[in-house]
Amino acid sequence: MVDLSTNCAGIRSPNPFWLASGPPSNTGDQVSRAFDAGWGGAVWKTIGVPIQNVTSRYGSIDYGGKRVVGFNNIELISDRSIDVNLKEIKDVKRRFPNHAVVSSLMVETKEEWKSLIERCEEVGVDGHELNFGCPHGMCERGMGSAVGQEPEVLAEITSWAKAYAKKPVLVKLTPNIGDIVEPGRAAVKGGADGLSLINTIKSLMGVDLDKMVPLPVVGTRSTNGGYCGPAVKPIALHMVAALARDPVARKLPISGIGGVSNWRDAAEFIALGSSSVQVCTAVMHYGFRIVEDMIEGLSTYMEEKGFKRLDDLVGRAVPAFVEWGELDLHYKIIASIDRDKCIGCELCYIACWDGAHQCIEKGKLGPAVIENGHALPQVKVPRILEDHCTGCNLCSLVCPVDGCITMKRVDDGKNPVTWNELVAKTQLIKAH
Amino acid sequence: MAAPETRALPARRLELMMPDLKPALTEAQARAEASRCLYCNDAPCIAACPTAINIPEFIRKIDSGNYRGSARTILDANILGYSCALVCPVEVLCVGACVYNHQDRPPIQIGLLQRFATERAYEKGTRFFEKGAPTGKRVALVGAGPASLACAHELTRLGHEAVCLEARQLPGGLNTTGCAPYKIRSETALLEVDYIKGIGFEVRTGVEVGGNVTLAELEKTYDAIFLGVGLGPDSRLGLPGENLRGVLGACDLIERIKNRETVPEVEAAREAVVVGGGNTAIDIARELARLGLHVTQLYRRGPTEMGAYAHEQTYARKEGVEFRYWEQPVAYVAGKQGPEKERVRSVQCVKMAQTGAGRQPEPVRGSEHELPADLVAVATGQEKLVSQLRTIAGIKFGADGRIEVEPSTCATGNSRYWAGGDCANGGKEVVNAAAEGKRAARAIDAAFKAALRRAPGAGARGA
Ligand SMILES: Cc1cc2nc3c(=O)[nH]c(=O)nc-3n(C[C@H](O)[C@H](O)[C@H](O)COP(=O)(O)OP(=O)(O)OC[C@H]3O[C@@H](n4cnc5c(N)ncnc54)[C@H](O)[C@@H]3O)c2cc1C
Ligand SMILES: Cc1cc2nc3c(=O)[nH]c(=O)nc-3n(C[C@H](O)[C@H](O)[C@H](O)COP(=O)(O)O)c2cc1C
Ligand code: SF4
Repeated sequence: MVDLSTNCAGIRSPNPFWLASGPPSNTGDQVSRAFDAGWGGAVWKTIGVPIQNVTSRYGSIDYGGKRVVGFNNIELISDRSIDVNLKEIKDVKRRFPNHAVVSSLMVETKEEWKSLIERCEEVGVDGHELNFGCPHGMCERGMGSAVGQEPEVLAEITSWAKAYAKKPVLVKLTPNIGDIVEPGRAAVKGGADGLSLINTIKSLMGVDLDKMVPLPVVGTRSTNGGYCGPAVKPIALHMVAALARDPVARKLPISGIGGVSNWRDAAEFIALGSSSVQVCTAVMHYGFRIVEDMIEGLSTYMEEKGFKRLDDLVGRAVPAFVEWGELDLHYKIIASIDRDKCIGCELCYIACWDGAHQCIEKGKLGPAVIENGHALPQVKVPRILEDHCTGCNLCSLVCPVDGCITMKRVDDGKNPVTWNELVAKTQLIKAH
Repeated sequence: MAAPETRALPARRLELMMPDLKPALTEAQARAEASRCLYCNDAPCIAACPTAINIPEFIRKIDSGNYRGSARTILDANILGYSCALVCPVEVLCVGACVYNHQDRPPIQIGLLQRFATERAYEKGTRFFEKGAPTGKRVALVGAGPASLACAHELTRLGHEAVCLEARQLPGGLNTTGCAPYKIRSETALLEVDYIKGIGFEVRTGVEVGGNVTLAELEKTYDAIFLGVGLGPDSRLGLPGENLRGVLGACDLIERIKNRETVPEVEAAREAVVVGGGNTAIDIARELARLGLHVTQLYRRGPTEMGAYAHEQTYARKEGVEFRYWEQPVAYVAGKQGPEKERVRSVQCVKMAQTGAGRQPEPVRGSEHELPADLVAVATGQEKLVSQLRTIAGIKFGADGRIEVEPSTCATGNSRYWAGGDCANGGKEVVNAAAEGKRAARAIDAAFKAALRRAPGAGARGA
């Protein structure tokens, strides 16, 4: 059996799967049911001065028949009183002493931060998450992403929180920024114990073309919301990895968030440096039960790969994430089509011909094979023009058959060279 | 990967001439099919499965590539999940309940996905369950069919020692001897037995309870007894010519096709007549049609009264089985000379008619006619195996001969006996036998624990 338990910035949990701050972690009843289902931790729905919400609040992108590939919300922080939230946190902690319960906080003044942090610690939270991420509503009031987008302010408020908190402090970052490393470093400066990311991405979900109102519709108007769900995973992975390799920010442990739906997504966040992962949209779609596959799938994967503890996997893929200038320019692959697997759809042909580098030819039919008086169906297998193939990979991505188009290596691997090395050499020559 | 038991199976068997009706999915097909699943909550497919497998969960795990976990979810609910994937009438169970049916979209191919996950686990030899901490309790199980195997597996998980006693040389019950070869081959059934008992219980074959070992002997050595004896031999109508060569009970004939090296009666035949309208009748009709015979099926009522599933009737018709409704045999007629005098050559039939609603159909006078036949399969039901069980004090039998049990526990009228599967439900499906066997194991375990509570320290006698 592998050991899935984790310690993320000093917050311990039996496994790395936490509910992200959001509707699934809104109440003590929900969090208890989530823990019963197998979740290792929960970041409580952000508390602060209670707000009032609108209806509707959500929008979704469907793709290829699948619902909720991307999700958007214009919801604010908890609409329940601080007292009620704290009482429920206390009850949950009493029932689940070994699970991680993290408060998520968003207030304005120094006094408010002090009071809220202290009250949370009194009811037994295992850590705090400072919500500097919400890209709608709260930022207009000078909170949420309004803080996350100002490194100076972020560092200052973090240092307040650190001064009042005995428990670890995670800073939740907004992705609505040019370079995620800046707020990451600011969190280091403020003394944070760890980072959580990403919060949601500023978005408009579409337009109701009859009403001429963007989505989601609130009466006759709409507003920008926060985008999340499977569609945002690549963006989140990049930001997590950028921090995990940054010489300054990398000293902070990361709780990875954004589009995690199953164990594989989680494993990717972990391999890129997350020591816990948080999930919101997938739980909103399918419920707490998805954690069963996450625990089991991750355990099986780790067992098969020989990872004994979660720590063995954390950050494994980070060293391979480099700047473009560090890639080997001599590494060369070209496409190769498995004739036996090809179904003759010609999607690779049209993709390369119109959308890439014109290196695939249409296949030709061979002489007809007649059996019992009927011509057997034939597959026109396209042909790769190997001398021209740029190795861009597009054909293998669009091919609907697993393992039909593979990229085979054609360089001898003997003389790797990077752009940075080339530039250095040129500069040397110039200098002479 | 052959199970040790398959040694008793001849290498050449007629069943091998019948390829899978529904071929296994490739990985690409399975992933594509799994991705269609809506992952319903409180899904109707689960409610439709007698063993309540968490179907959306195992399918989601196929979708995520967690194949091992998928098989665990299936086998945890139903240790016969592999054979069930092959033989279950999914059209009337899980697949029939899929919500896509309401949208007129193709339902999820649950049986094939279940096969994909379990077959992979079998191929890799992945095991999921272990013997529980020993309790010192011993249970004898009569028969080694699906009901007993499910019961023994669950008992072993709970720490009790289980021993299955099987009269036949091959274990597995009707999976090995009865279910249609184009659904499950006997070697697959034996492979499953081997996998199931791999948890650590014994299956003794060639031991007939009531024959070479008595129930009284079992009662002395075991703390509880589970009856999973299934149904008895094919019933007979008592018609003239029933003992001619070429006239066989359907189950008997299927067992030969599945387990024997040759079945001369079939190999020599061209024209087969099947008598009956149930699922066994349809099965043997389809099997004989697949073996190249012309098959006529006689049923004494009309198509709507037929006991066989509608989808099975449709398939059989497509495969060339000729149905004759409102007809019944009255005698099997031998040839005229020499060895032909011993062999069936035709079936004398009569037309039937219903004289009033709800009445038994009656022969129409003057409608006698003959159908050529060199093979007759009689599928008019199986007898109940009551005689040997009548001796057990307290056990009650229903009017139709099935053992009466309390449905939620499978307990009989005798506090040391439990019963499940065909012998208690009157003849349902493998999946019902699996569910009942497991339920009985839980109840037996609860009874042991209750007895311990009533008499604390009773386990530690002799000090
Ligand atoms: C022809 C046919 C086709 C079928 N096809 C399907 C199908 O496609 N799908 C499906 O789900 N179900 C099918 N069924 C039904 C299914 O096979 C049964 O419901 C299921 O096998 C019942 O399991 P069981 O353990 O109760 O009994 P069985 O499978 O009958 O097993 C009972 C075992 O007990 C043994 N036994 C009996 N008496 C004694 C004794 N005194 N001592 C020791 N051993 C004894 C027998 O030899 C036998 O091996 C079919 C049945 C038949 C007859
Ligand atoms: C409806 C909704 C409400 C949310 N509320 C909060 C919140 O109160 N505090 C917070 O820090 N993040 C909040 N989030 C953001 C999530 O915690 C998470 O960062 C984001 O949804 C990305 O993860 P996902 O792709 O798993 O949903 C909310 C998200 C959604 C969809
Ligand atoms: S999901 Fe629940 S709260 Fe939301 S609209 Fe539907 S019923 Fe109302």
